[in-house]
Amino acid sequence: MRIKGLSIVFLTLLMLCHTGLGNGYALSSASHNNTSGTSEEKGEINVQEIIFEHMLDSYEWHIAGDIVLHLPVILYSKTSGWHIFSSKRLHDNGGHYLNFYPAGIDSPRYGKLMEKMDDGSFVRPLDFSFTKMALALFINALVLLLIILPVARWYRKHKDGKEVPNKFASMIEAVVMYMEDTVIKPCIGKNYRKFSPYLLTIFFFILTCNLMSLIPFFPGGVGVTANMSITMFLAICTFIAINAFGKREYWKEILWPDVPTFLKAPFPMMQIIEFLGLFTKPIALMIRLFANMMGGHMAILVLTILIFIGFSVGNVLGGSMTFLSVAFNIFLNVLELLVAFIQAFVFTLLSAVFIGGAQVEHHK
Amino acid sequence: MSLLMPDFGLLFWMLIAFGIVFFLLVKYGFPAITKSVEQRREFIDSSLKGAQRAEEKLANLEKESQVLIAEANKEQGRLLREAGAEREKIIAEAHNTAAQKAQQELDFARQQIQREKDEALLSVRREVAELSCNIAEKVLRDELSDKNRQMEMIEKMLNEVAKAQNSVN
Repeated sequence: MRIKGLSIVFLTLLMLCHTGLGNGYALSSASHNNTSGTSEEKGEINVQEIIFEHMLDSYEWHIAGDIVLHLPVILYSKTSGWHIFSSKRLHDNGGHYLNFYPAGIDSPRYGKLMEKMDDGSFVRPLDFSFTKMALALFINALVLLLIILPVARWYRKHKDGKEVPNKFASMIEAVVMYMEDTVIKPCIGKNYRKFSPYLLTIFFFILTCNLMSLIPFFPGGVGVTANMSITMFLAICTFIAINAFGKREYWKEILWPDVPTFLKAPFPMMQIIEFLGLFTKPIALMIRLFANMMGGHMAILVLTILIFIGFSVGNVLGGSMTFLSVAFNIFLNVLELLVAFIQAFVFTLLSAVFIGGAQVEHHK
Repeated sequence: MSLLMPDFGLLFWMLIAFGIVFFLLVKYGFPAITKSVEQRREFIDSSLKGAQRAEEKLANLEKESQVLIAEANKEQGRLLREAGAEREKIIAEAHNTAAQKAQQELDFARQQIQREKDEALLSVRREVAELSCNIAEKVLRDELSDKNRQMEMIEKMLNEVAKAQNSVN
């Protein structure tokens, strides 16, 4: 009963915060519009812009209302060298600073700073800025370390396994052993010990990021796993884990697969297919995690924005939209909790399957 | 489209963040947990096996003790039976000896009685003979007081002797 009550309180809080954040953005977007240079008149709601502001990286972190966390901008330009400054300067200066201007909404790098050359053309500098996503990544990493390391410390101190761990440690242990026993061990086989720490790390990292992104206020709320760079990085890690430790049998299957000869020589059709397969696996991993997390966040955002669209038409529509939106948002948030786990699980499961495929000793 | 563009700077920060997490968790995190849990599993396994062995041993002991008890019971029965038989034998022997003794006593007593009876009879007979002799003396004294009678008597006796001789011949 207590848990039930807590979860209802939590959901209500979640709802209020989502609508609250949306509100803050809708209001602040009016003051922002002239800076970003996109067209918007008389408080109209630009859905695309709001969604982009939520989903995309930025040089500052809106915490609530007017409270903004300004983060360092670190740029390297081939012509003018290193530039390190606070994003407060961008804010104070109407969005641009020195020769750096944010890219427009039609640009594939919308919101990122571009350097204006003397001839008036825009060139992309190397952008090492410690952005909102980067900060969120470090916060999530810290949260994960604070969860796992104390638990691991307890286990290191009680190595012989003759004592009962405390409740929190047993909870973490249950998840760790569930992943190890039902995913990692059966998928990889006898070499699982080598890969188990990596797979557990990506599982818990993705899970932490997913869950943190569902918290709608400051330390959370940034969908890092709904960002292509992050999922790409994770996919590259898995790609390395698959291929750097691939056994002889695995490479033989790629270079000289067990098919009728005319399929592999003189024209190496199978080899080309297998070679492409090397890359499709991590790419599928990358897109799956990104699309699932982005889709969920987008759905929640759109449902929240519906309230403001409703109110911009009229109070009756706005009121009914609020009701509808809150109802759907509760459902979506609960669903996202599930998706947060499932996507972390699926990423780990598929990584384990692919790694296990490269560990096959002998093929029948 | 900007959602789909990987960003180099973010990749860089991700490399650092994930690298730190990966290093710490691989070095100090998960292996410690999994190893400890595996050790615990082994411990539980061995404990269970030990418990099973102990149980088996206990069952064996119980079986053995039951066999022992059964044997002891049998032995006890046998001993009791033997003791019973012995008792009967002893009693029977005692009876026999007692009977023999009694018979002996009885015989002895009977002999004694016979002897005493015989002696008594003998003495009675002697007494009677003495008495009768005395009586006969007195009677004869009375009878032989006059001469006639004496003569008569002699006559009679002679007759009788004669008669006896005749009958013998």
